[in-house]
Amino acid sequence: MKRILMKGNEALAEAAIRAGCRAYFGYPITPQNEVPEYMARHMPRAGGVFVQAESEIAAINMVHGASGAGVRAMASTSGPGFSLMTEGLSYMIGSRLPGVVVNVMRGGPGLGNIAPSQGDYFQVTRGLGHGDTHGIVLAPSTVQEIVDLMPVAFELSERYRLPVVIAADGILGQMMEPVTLPEPIAPPPPPDWATTGAVGSPRVISSIYLAPEDLERHVLSLMRTYQEIREREQRWEAYRADDAEVLVVAYGTAARVVRSAVDRVRAQGLAAGLIRPITLWPFPTTAFERSPRRWLVVELSAGQMVEDVRLALSGRAPVGFHGRVGGVVPSPAEVAEAIRSAVVGEVVRA
Amino acid sequence: MIKDMVEVTSRPRSLVDVPLHYCPGCTHGTIHRLVAEAIDSLGIRERTIGVASVGCSVFIYNYLDVDFQQAPHGRAPAVATGIKRVLPDRVVFTYQGDGDLASIGTAEILHAAARGERITVIFVNNAIYGMTGGQMAPTTLSGMKTTTSPYGRDVRQAGGALRVVELLAGIDGVAYAAREAVTSPARIHRARRAVEAAFRAQIEDRGLGIVELLSTCPVNWKLPPVEAVAWCEANMIPAFPLGVLKDTTRSGD
Amino acid sequence: MAVHEIVIAGFGGQGVLFLGEVLAQAALSEGREVTWLPAYGPEQRGGTAYCTVVISSEPIGSPVVSDPTVVIAMNRPSLDRFEHAVRPGGLIVCDSTLTGRAPERTDVQAVAVPATAIAAELGAVRSANVVLLGAALAAHPILAAESVRAALDGMVADPQVVARNAAAFERGAREGSRP
Repeated sequence: MKRILMKGNEALAEAAIRAGCRAYFGYPITPQNEVPEYMARHMPRAGGVFVQAESEIAAINMVHGASGAGVRAMASTSGPGFSLMTEGLSYMIGSRLPGVVVNVMRGGPGLGNIAPSQGDYFQVTRGLGHGDTHGIVLAPSTVQEIVDLMPVAFELSERYRLPVVIAADGILGQMMEPVTLPEPIAPPPPPDWATTGAVGSPRVISSIYLAPEDLERHVLSLMRTYQEIREREQRWEAYRADDAEVLVVAYGTAARVVRSAVDRVRAQGLAAGLIRPITLWPFPTTAFERSPRRWLVVELSAGQMVEDVRLALSGRAPVGFHGRVGGVVPSPAEVAEAIRSAVVGEVVRA
Repeated sequence: MIKDMVEVTSRPRSLVDVPLHYCPGCTHGTIHRLVAEAIDSLGIRERTIGVASVGCSVFIYNYLDVDFQQAPHGRAPAVATGIKRVLPDRVVFTYQGDGDLASIGTAEILHAAARGERITVIFVNNAIYGMTGGQMAPTTLSGMKTTTSPYGRDVRQAGGALRVVELLAGIDGVAYAAREAVTSPARIHRARRAVEAAFRAQIEDRGLGIVELLSTCPVNWKLPPVEAVAWCEANMIPAFPLGVLKDTTRSGD
Repeated sequence: MAVHEIVIAGFGGQGVLFLGEVLAQAALSEGREVTWLPAYGPEQRGGTAYCTVVISSEPIGSPVVSDPTVVIAMNRPSLDRFEHAVRPGGLIVCDSTLTGRAPERTDVQAVAVPATAIAAELGAVRSANVVLLGAALAAHPILAAESVRAALDGMVADPQVVARNAAAFERGAREGSRP
């Protein structure tokens, strides 16, 4: 297969089309603008639909409509726009609609800046709108992994009838790396529940259950799905972890920096390793069954995933945290120092 | 003539034979019937997809025998856009109240209109929030008392009633825009024609079709149903003039 | 094989991102791993634009580099900003027409080339970036000159520009190979 250089944002758009996505809705926001731009050029050629929506609120609701009509549909955005999409995501979860939303995370809160960040972790893992909401959250760390996860995102989304979020960041979106693109697949036929016109009895896609016992039954069904996902869909990768006396947990771009830092401290004789969650929700708790002496979590945030790591370890080992915020990406040297400090018991930037 | 009489007394095919949950005197039932009649007369039941909004009519899918998606508050035109773009040969309509369309959903309806989405919008205006218990709506009349304008709507403080179809009629993407009322048999007859015309604008690929239907809310207006009809005639129709504001099938429009 | 961590910096419009992409394409053609990361902020307009290219035979960890092995500085602010970041033993190539000074570091290999003046002399002032590329590759064998030239040709459609770039590259290579 031919390797080509592609920007993360463009690669994800192309991979979505190749995965059978035939409807894209979006609104301009940096650092993900190459996605709608690419879709505007290429989606019509694939026989699909591109609409520049008037807002992220409208965009996610267009995904609602198209996905409910049985077509693989997606949107992409960054933090401020993702906040606006959470309303629609809650309705999609309540209505059991699939769909893929990419959040190319940037610095927050508020307008923040356009630099890379992982500050939306809580929002994507806990905050997909009001109510008891969850969706699978995939966190690629290379452009190739973005491409590889795109068909997975659509398949998982349809299997569980819940939206899937791909949590990337400004670096992954803007960076070019060599990628091998998969062969395009044909879009799957619309599922039975899709509203395509009531040739038989009418179908209804709705999230309203006025009677408490009805809504409870609905949410219990969602909870069974959530549990099934927790049991079956945890994904993570370990790097030089087997003999590690200190394990560093990081995802996305932060995991790449940690990988470099692990190599640095290994070269100096310190047995460090990396646990890289690929699913942020469900959090890969199975990666934490065996525990070394020390743990360190590195995030481009004020400390969010670290809470899941502490929950997964249930107090079995101390967990340090090293985070940079505001779009600052730590250097491998800085992280290497944080790993060394973690081993001697200091917690840097706790 | 006999044929017409039969049609008036029979239940439209697209209207499900179940009791409505609406309050006594509410005109949603009448308007549901007008939509069902239009779907039947155009022969589009099997290729029509409705989008329900948030408000009293949220359960419209229990009454119309077509596929439905239920949209977040105000977002029905965006959901309808998503459906229509991926299924361009289907007929897609939204059914929205005044709070949904004229307050929280102004961006969605305005831009669906600007894009000339081939959808039909049934806009029910009763000048009040019904489902939440009688709060001031964007279409509440000046001086009208509601639970959130207890001293009467003060235009200086809360603005005046928003006339939405006039706004939308000025947008190029709108092919048909009309306002009618359902307060008398004659007006209902005109409303029926308007609803069908709003569907035709979509089916003939001309643009977005919208009908605003002046409606009543006896419970939240705190009036008996017959007086509510009279109040609508006396107060709403002067504030919201009836008629076809735009029809691209007519020359000069 | 060595990991090359390259920062290319200059004004927006000097072909900073382009130069990085040439290196990335050439690395790809040699079967290497590579990352190309632009500074994508408002810096793209007016101020210092830069991109980071990492080339390795192994999977690349951080695409963000704090102590590059190679810096190509195309103006004074870039030289001022990145000169001190270069790893000891690394390489600095600068366009001395625009930097107005030579690198001061003595623990790195410094190549000052009047690239803008040379490019102007060649009748191709916009190819100053390519002069610097030729100089950098001659001073430090990051990639094979042939694959870089092929990548350079492959990224430009206009045959006149291809020819100008080729001349600029050769001239730069001569400058870079001077002791």
